[in-house]
Amino acid sequence: MESFLNLTIKVWHQKGPTEKGRFESYKVEHISTDSSFLEMMDILNEKLIKENKEPIAFDHDCREGICGMCSLYINGRPHGPDDDITTCQLYMRKFKDGETITVEPWRAAAFPVIKDLIVDRTAFDKIIAAGGYISVGTGGVPDGNNIAIPKDIAEQAMDSAACIGCGACVAACKNSSAMLFVSAKVSQLALLPQGKAESKRRAKNMVKKMEELGFGGCTNTRACEVECPKNISVSNIARLNREFLKSEFSE
Amino acid sequence: MSNINSKIPEGPLAQKWTYYKEHQKIVAPANKRKLDIIVVGTGLAGASAAASLGQMGFNVKSFCIQDSPRRAHSIAAQGGINAAKNYQNDGDSVYRLFIDTIKGGDYRSREANVYRLAEVSNNIIDQCVAQGVPFAREYGGVLANRSFGGVQVSRTFYARGQTGQQLLLGAYQAMMRQVHEGTVTLHTRSEIVDIVIIDGKARGVITRNIVTGKLERHFAHAVVLATGGYGNTFFLSTNAMGSNGSAIIRAYQKGAYFANPCFIQIHPTCIPVHGDFQSKLTLMSESLRNDGRIWVPKKKEDAEAIRAGKLKPTEIAEEDRDYYLERRYPAFGNLVPRDVASRAGKERCDAGYGVNTTGRAVFLDFKEAIERLGKKTITERYGNLFQMYQKIENDNPYETPMMIYPAIHYVMGGLWVDYELQTNIPGLYCCGEANFSDHGANRLGASALMQGLADGYFVLPYTIQNYLAGEIRTDRMSTDLPEFEEAEKNSQLRFEKLKNINGKRSVDSIHKELGNIMWEHVGMGRTKKGLEEGIKMIVALKKEFWSNVRIPGDMEGMNVELDKASRLADFLEMGELIARDALSRNESCGGHFREESQTADGEALRDDKNFAYVSCWKYQGENADPELNKEELNYENVKMVQRNYK
Repeated sequence: MESFLNLTIKVWHQKGPTEKGRFESYKVEHISTDSSFLEMMDILNEKLIKENKEPIAFDHDCREGICGMCSLYINGRPHGPDDDITTCQLYMRKFKDGETITVEPWRAAAFPVIKDLIVDRTAFDKIIAAGGYISVGTGGVPDGNNIAIPKDIAEQAMDSAACIGCGACVAACKNSSAMLFVSAKVSQLALLPQGKAESKRRAKNMVKKMEELGFGGCTNTRACEVECPKNISVSNIARLNREFLKSEFSE
Repeated sequence: MSNINSKIPEGPLAQKWTYYKEHQKIVAPANKRKLDIIVVGTGLAGASAAASLGQMGFNVKSFCIQDSPRRAHSIAAQGGINAAKNYQNDGDSVYRLFIDTIKGGDYRSREANVYRLAEVSNNIIDQCVAQGVPFAREYGGVLANRSFGGVQVSRTFYARGQTGQQLLLGAYQAMMRQVHEGTVTLHTRSEIVDIVIIDGKARGVITRNIVTGKLERHFAHAVVLATGGYGNTFFLSTNAMGSNGSAIIRAYQKGAYFANPCFIQIHPTCIPVHGDFQSKLTLMSESLRNDGRIWVPKKKEDAEAIRAGKLKPTEIAEEDRDYYLERRYPAFGNLVPRDVASRAGKERCDAGYGVNTTGRAVFLDFKEAIERLGKKTITERYGNLFQMYQKIENDNPYETPMMIYPAIHYVMGGLWVDYELQTNIPGLYCCGEANFSDHGANRLGASALMQGLADGYFVLPYTIQNYLAGEIRTDRMSTDLPEFEEAEKNSQLRFEKLKNINGKRSVDSIHKELGNIMWEHVGMGRTKKGLEEGIKMIVALKKEFWSNVRIPGDMEGMNVELDKASRLADFLEMGELIARDALSRNESCGGHFREESQTADGEALRDDKNFAYVSCWKYQGENADPELNKEELNYENVKMVQRNYK
């Protein structure tokens, strides 16, 4: 049933990438438990605009959990206190009346803050550019049913392909490692017959790029898997390691 | 009567595209490197176009407003993509897909464009499989299909409820491969604010860097707009928060025709509106209508009891349920086209049978499907959608029926383009949802992905060469030319003007008001009186906006409110144009329902004698009414008949 909350929002403010940031606290009142977390942020921003203050900048777009743009670190958890969701799918019914909610940006050296809660995740695009694809051009490809792909393999590939590139795995990791992100793409394409031809090269190039961009290494804490909104499994990391080792041995 | 040339190639329908490709001009490899193409937008149409053009050797500059090209709203498409593969051996063919699309669009699209779309649909599936898109498979390893509305075959390919995501990532990855190769340059968090025209040809764009706030100039030999639809004119829609119509509205203001702006799709299965704080509406895929059954209580008192929370839907006996789609349209049942399903739902709610506390919802019930197929199968098919519903509604759709209501979803209207996807401004092209071309007055489910990828992979990369072949002697131009200078200056003045209004109201509060006007007066049921009132209200709201909006923060650096204000200024123009077009089209067709024009049993009544044309609106300046031009629709292969899904 719908009820209403009065809350204190303690939120990170940072004017620009090189400026020093700080926390600022705001009160919001009469927030419906049926509203989403981002709608609560909209209400707070509306209030700030009324007071002639600058609203808090945060990334968001589809608001249905698939574009991967929203990226808030809420009460110490990427995407906040619910499981298998992105921030935009977090509902206020997960909070208690009178609570103080702390909101921060993703914290990782490879994701510098642009403003307030917005970070720069172009490093992920660079990793994909380094090899996160099957090298086929447009046209001149065989019929879709030419290669039979067993249902369970297609399903496994789909599990890995479900990654939305939000970066919660990096934010959750004490080493700021991007291994879950990299491994999900490497796995999806290595599982499928179409992607096998260049799977070793792909693993090597993507890992190399990841290291170059300042992401840390994996120490198997599995924090990434716990916080992943799309349930990407760490077994992908094991598969990435296998592909990577194969590429090392074949040299 | 019209001087609008759609450049349809000669020859029989099935041969037109082949004939075109065989006779068009192409550009030699050495010249491709010297030609620059700007592609705006990185959804299915934009990303696939950029990837294909880059691979061909053109020098491509890609722009998007998000932090990464992978965020474009194509990513949210759920249900699937159509193709005429006939893998199911159920009688499908290119011709049948063509006919279904023409009929689904209520005979307001161009025959030749639609036939080409059906023709290249099969290439898309092959292309995506080769890229590693993990489409659903049968146990034997072959591709699986499901059904969508408005058709009687199974031709929809899918990747769970995330087909758009997987297709977009395929196109994005193909584009990132070209970024790696150096043929595509990415400009993220960049918004197009003007289109530069030199000697009558599109030669570049002015962009605003969303991070720094700085205006930038970019030259190209041709400009492709693939910026999606303008559904957010209504504030509440299934579009992403950032989806906007600014680039195509700017093109319209520069002289490009805007075609059929009033053709807007209202999707029948969305999660209902909750309260004033609501920021967007969430779609529940049409694929759910494969297995879900739509109903409301047969008795008004039951509906009232449900609204008051005194009765649960599961307590209503089978004989007291009205499966109104199955009742009214026995041939297609729950799988009637979207416009038909939306209107039927609204009709029941208006008549007092609606559920939810608001009375503006109907049930979508999986009880029978779960009994027939088992929970596991239903989870496999729709698991992510059920989870999404549960998170929003705090209700378990495996146990109690979902509640749904129609919402703004897609626009069939857009920039007018000819057969080559070129607007009436030479060198300015438009792809995907942003153009008007293929869906007529109503789009069938799983056809948006098909059109976006058809345009980007297989149509535009050919047709644009027919133009660029004439540009090989045009050297790259300096962005210091007076045309660039003037365009940048005008944009600068526009942003300063917005920033200096210093009024009292937030951008969102005015946008919500626009949305209410649109939904009430330009929504599902339109009347002359309502539209005329709506136009007056929009004009008044425009004044309010330009005199009373408040944008805190600075011109320099990131300023989210300034971005939003600039888009809202354009949505206000768009709202008026939608209403004008709706007023001028005094017939009902597809998603456009004029209450004055309906059959005795409440179905949409087309008027082919007077309205078998594409409305092409020409901008006449800030304080003048736009001019209506008409492209006559000549049906040579299909006979126009009243749609019948009964």
